[in-house]
Amino acid sequence: MRQLTLNDLAEKLQLDFHTYPLEAKEVTGGYVGDLLSDVMAHARDGQVWLTIQVHENIVAVALLTNVAGVIITGGRKPLPETVKRAREEGVVILSSKLPTFTLGGKIYRLLEERNALVHG
Amino acid sequence: MKIYGRQCLGKKAFLELEYQMEGRDFSVAGTAASQIKKMLTEVGFEPEIIRRTTVVAYEAAMNIVIHAFRGRLLVHIEADGIGLTAVDEGPGIADVAMAMQEGYSTASPSIREMGFGAGMGLPNIKRHADGMAIETRVGEGTTLKAWIICKKG
Repeated sequence: MRQLTLNDLAEKLQLDFHTYPLEAKEVTGGYVGDLLSDVMAHARDGQVWLTIQVHENIVAVALLTNVAGVIITGGRKPLPETVKRAREEGVVILSSKLPTFTLGGKIYRLLEERNALVHG
Repeated sequence: MKIYGRQCLGKKAFLELEYQMEGRDFSVAGTAASQIKKMLTEVGFEPEIIRRTTVVAYEAAMNIVIHAFRGRLLVHIEADGIGLTAVDEGPGIADVAMAMQEGYSTASPSIREMGFGAGMGLPNIKRHADGMAIETRVGEGTTLKAWIICKKG
């Protein structure tokens, strides 16, 4: 079975790593949200979280929801303290120049292709 | 301390955790919630119980740092369930019924820009806990209690 990992996403969609995964983390889905309470309530283990938030509170939310990684969209970059905290906690942060909708669409398509391969 | 499973807590045994936090100290509030999650994982609670407790702990801690001057988050863990109490010194809640409504918030614009203050905190606690209670005095502070019950078997 071919897994889709954060490294695959980064390579196919030209994402920049701000902190790196310590292991090949599988991506099982995605969640989009900029309201932290909404993300806390709905994001799940193994998903990538797409957001425009750049401050260090995203690290706690990523840690608590166990998402595979956070992708900051729209050309925004994480704040230095966000990167520092993420590195300490082992949270993977990436960024993309693409707006959330476009990036989400591309990730969705990659996941569908992966599922078609797995389930025939 | 090493705990091998929640059965090991026994009928009477319990763990108590306490976190102090000041207003605007988001970092401490986030750390408190992740330490609570870590402890529940070590004790061996089911993932769904851990997830629900984590959401409640996070929202309760965020409420303190967003709205209050200072406060404490107390966690009482037993084999049968988890109780969380958030006690703060702060402005209190003038209208609890309004505060329980999704979308109602008194948070400042700068707080909202960070993705808080969407009026989802208390509704999120209500949705993820098995029960909650609020005691508040305007100009003095708020005590919030919430509990999560583990089903038998």
